[in-house]
Amino acid sequence: MNHPKYEAVIGLEVHAQLSTKTKIFCGCSTKFGAAPNSQVCPVCLGMPGVLPVLNEKVVEYVIRMGLAHDCEIAEKSTFARKNYFYPDLPKGYQISQYEDPICANGTVRFKLEDGTEKSVRLMRIHMEEDAGKSLHDQHQDTFVDLNRAGTPLIEIVSMPDIKTAEEAGAYLTKLRQTVRYLEICDGNMEEGSLRCDANVSVMLKGSTVFGTRTELKNLNSIKFVEKAIEAEIARQIDIIEEGGKIIQATMLYDPHRNETRVMRTKENAHDYRYFPDPDLVMVHVTPDRIDSVRNNMPELPDQKQARLISQYSIPAYDAEVLSADKELAAYYEAVCRETSDYKAASNWVMGEVMRVMKEKLLSIGEFSLSSSQIAGIVNLIKDGKISTTIGKQLFEELLANGGNPAEVVEAKGWIQVSDTGAIEAVIDEIIAANPGQVAEFLSGKDKLFGFFVGQTMKAMKGKGNPKVINDLLVQKLEALKK
Amino acid sequence: MAVTPKDVDYIAALAHLKFGEAEKAAMVTDMNNILSYMEKLNELNTDQVDPLTAITDAENVLRPDEPKTMLQNEDALSNAPSKIGPFFRVPKVIDQL
Amino acid sequence: MKLYSTFSEFRADLQSGKVTCEGYVTDLLKEIKNQQDLNCYLETFDESALDQARKADAKLKAGQAGKLAGMVIAIKDVINIKGKKVSCASKILENFTSVYHATVIEKLLAEDAILIGRTNMDEFAMGSSNENSAFGPVRNPVDKTRVPGGSSGGSAVAVAAKLAMTSLGSDTGGSIRFPAALCGVTGMKPTYGRVSRYGLVAYASSFDQIGPFANSVSDLALVMEVISGHDEKDSTSSPKPVEPFGQGLGNSISSLKFGIPKQYLGDGLQPEVREKLTAAAGYLKSLGCQVTEVELPHTEYCIATYYILTTAEASSNLARYDGVRYSFRSKDPVTLNDMYVRSRSEGFGAEVKRRIMLGTYVLSAGYYDAYYTKAQKVRRLIREDFTKAFDQVDVLLTPTSPSPAFKIGEKTTNPLEMYLSDIYTVSANLAGIPGISVPAGTASDGLPVGVQLLGKHFDEQTLLNAAYHIEKANLK
Repeated sequence: MNHPKYEAVIGLEVHAQLSTKTKIFCGCSTKFGAAPNSQVCPVCLGMPGVLPVLNEKVVEYVIRMGLAHDCEIAEKSTFARKNYFYPDLPKGYQISQYEDPICANGTVRFKLEDGTEKSVRLMRIHMEEDAGKSLHDQHQDTFVDLNRAGTPLIEIVSMPDIKTAEEAGAYLTKLRQTVRYLEICDGNMEEGSLRCDANVSVMLKGSTVFGTRTELKNLNSIKFVEKAIEAEIARQIDIIEEGGKIIQATMLYDPHRNETRVMRTKENAHDYRYFPDPDLVMVHVTPDRIDSVRNNMPELPDQKQARLISQYSIPAYDAEVLSADKELAAYYEAVCRETSDYKAASNWVMGEVMRVMKEKLLSIGEFSLSSSQIAGIVNLIKDGKISTTIGKQLFEELLANGGNPAEVVEAKGWIQVSDTGAIEAVIDEIIAANPGQVAEFLSGKDKLFGFFVGQTMKAMKGKGNPKVINDLLVQKLEALKK
Repeated sequence: MAVTPKDVDYIAALAHLKFGEAEKAAMVTDMNNILSYMEKLNELNTDQVDPLTAITDAENVLRPDEPKTMLQNEDALSNAPSKIGPFFRVPKVIDQL
Repeated sequence: MKLYSTFSEFRADLQSGKVTCEGYVTDLLKEIKNQQDLNCYLETFDESALDQARKADAKLKAGQAGKLAGMVIAIKDVINIKGKKVSCASKILENFTSVYHATVIEKLLAEDAILIGRTNMDEFAMGSSNENSAFGPVRNPVDKTRVPGGSSGGSAVAVAAKLAMTSLGSDTGGSIRFPAALCGVTGMKPTYGRVSRYGLVAYASSFDQIGPFANSVSDLALVMEVISGHDEKDSTSSPKPVEPFGQGLGNSISSLKFGIPKQYLGDGLQPEVREKLTAAAGYLKSLGCQVTEVELPHTEYCIATYYILTTAEASSNLARYDGVRYSFRSKDPVTLNDMYVRSRSEGFGAEVKRRIMLGTYVLSAGYYDAYYTKAQKVRRLIREDFTKAFDQVDVLLTPTSPSPAFKIGEKTTNPLEMYLSDIYTVSANLAGIPGISVPAGTASDGLPVGVQLLGKHFDEQTLLNAAYHIEKANLK
């Protein structure tokens, strides 16, 4: 959206659930989807007398995230208590970081749809614990499940550098890609592994004074983040245009009506009374520790893209498409381990494989053909054993019934015919059967060459080697000309 | 910084407590007495003093990311004032966070 | 029946076959019921205590007994014992049964101690007189019209009345040392981090420590030895090794330097208590120790600092009692907020609510820096006072309480006056150092008086040994 008179100022707060085995302050499992209140212990239930002890993986993961965004990693950081009452917050406070977060001042770089490069500054990334879940819908009462209470979170807070809903979506897409690449979060927004709150305000174009902002809560897909921001920008502009004032408030987005509405205004905002948590000690990150995390960091999207280009000599576009998803890139590289035709491998993954994934809404993990099967197809084509056309047929056959590509080709009798004698015989028949077309061709209608190729292929049920067919047809037809 | 009855209302709301009129009056008196005693600290110039935020020198006390025994659902709920099935139960939450 | 005041005496009679653990526990449980008017026990663990006694007898017979086999120990009702109620003497946890053991409980049981019952206390350990219990005040066995001191009053009285050989209490600002002095027993607050807090219901997390009461310093040292040490469940517990404290008792202390803080001898100190302190100092000098006066210049700011920081921490620590998962829920709540507010207002007593209010206030927007940050700064100054003092001396000798036990009801009308009784004890918790109160004779009306020894961080051994010598002096 591009309004002639106003511009929007947007900052995002993203919570990512870390994919550790256990919770941040106790040894309870973090598996998603367990029976209610079955992954709990005295610590995460907030029983009287219990104490938190920090999970070392959480520190490693948040440092990874910080390094991936060129953050300053604080030498010393501490935990604080954020005090408020809620049924799924067992202790009556959330353990978080306040005054000295572990990461500060980073940058997120990403590309927009039209290729424009954009960067958004990060204010901070900090560690905290998740709350449990309150189920409000089924009954006149609320039911509380504390399995999620104590799941490790990192909160990634951006500066208000985002100008449009599209940028917000692209920023979030990049963050999701990065956490998945770093293997610190599965990035699943529907299951709540990645959650987004947006702070939105509008001001006259060119102004340097930000308008009053509102906060959009609980946006659980990238599409909703974009739509909610669009709706909120429109709502704010309408109010200002009608001479009204924006009231600082927390908003909820209703996807059914595509509108935002006020949930809570500032008058009943919280006074969280943050103070240092006396039950936890300082986290001290030494330069050696940072180095060891850096040395064990998985490759980042941009690094992977550059490497794919240099290692496989594929175009930048291919590398970008393939590295958008870490598992897709891994799949591509697995294909390349079994073939030397890297470009053909990239064409197949980006073409047929991604087409099927899109049609059937599959992730690469759910896609039924193995990288070896795709490499098998590529190699059969490269070695001249089958044509590309047969290759596509083979792909469909493997999708439907599985099997080893070479064996399937063998069994189906799809091996390409390159024997010049056999092909010549077919061509002679075609020429004899189509005197009219031959005459036209000879009178200068060159386009008919394709017709003869097609007829020959058809007669050979697609198994004829296209290059041999071409060469022989040229010879035969040229001979007729003379 | 005298505490007013209105301050007591605000603090009580944060702490999720309520007081009857007589209790509230006593609370105003007690809080004012105690807080004015606490203002004794203002006699000290502490501009150059760092707040003492941790009482031990310990740092980086970390545990490995290894699962430990969890409670059975029935033990987790054994003291619950109200429960339904495997859940704790509370009156309907209206103001969602 | 014969009541044993010390474990060493009981162990001797066990060995000579005069008594068995089972027999003694059976009789003791009856005696505790006879002395119910003291109100020191909220509950006795008859069945499990007898079971533990039988096991101790069997293990002693087999020669496999732990260090504490046969020790009858009472537990302040603020420490979690799996399968037992832990109420913190509050209505809000009246029906709460713990689902886990505190680390100290695991350690005691591993050494075959007998847990006899849970003791009365000031609600959530907030109080100096034990009048803040939801289950009635505890009475001082020396004079039942007087308070035993708080907040671990029940634990002090159980030991003083020989209804347990030792007991555990908790000390946030004097809650072990103060009642020990008023009841005429010894009590120790260890260095912050010495004993795991896992399983101790929190009042003020950066101040709380579990510690023992006993009728002899050697029993005290033995329990300290068992309960101390690092615990992976408590991030603030120290990895420092634990000495066998009992073995160090009796070593000569003539080379130790003692300091009496000048600021602890001010107007509030009753002359008779001062006399006892002087007598103790005299005795130490007679052993060849140096006793000098030292300065703790920020003493007058201790109480204010203590109450700002502890109430702030408490306001957060007590937020979990919300009626959702385990604590008291008021009848028929209409809305969620109604449930929270009524459960907490009906469940907590007056002093607890007052401290929650104060703590919430000092942390709230606009007041945080003026109160909370200011107090954190002064806490540093107070700790530095001790560092400087310990450059000059090894141990500080002070009164434990400004006066002997006061009458029940005497100070309940003015909370601030009650707070000021902690004047000599809160400093150790502010600085995180260990402290011990040891009997130093009785006042003219027969009421016990204690003196306090304060030591360097993790120097429990020196404190225990010094206390051992004062105990031997048998000051009148």
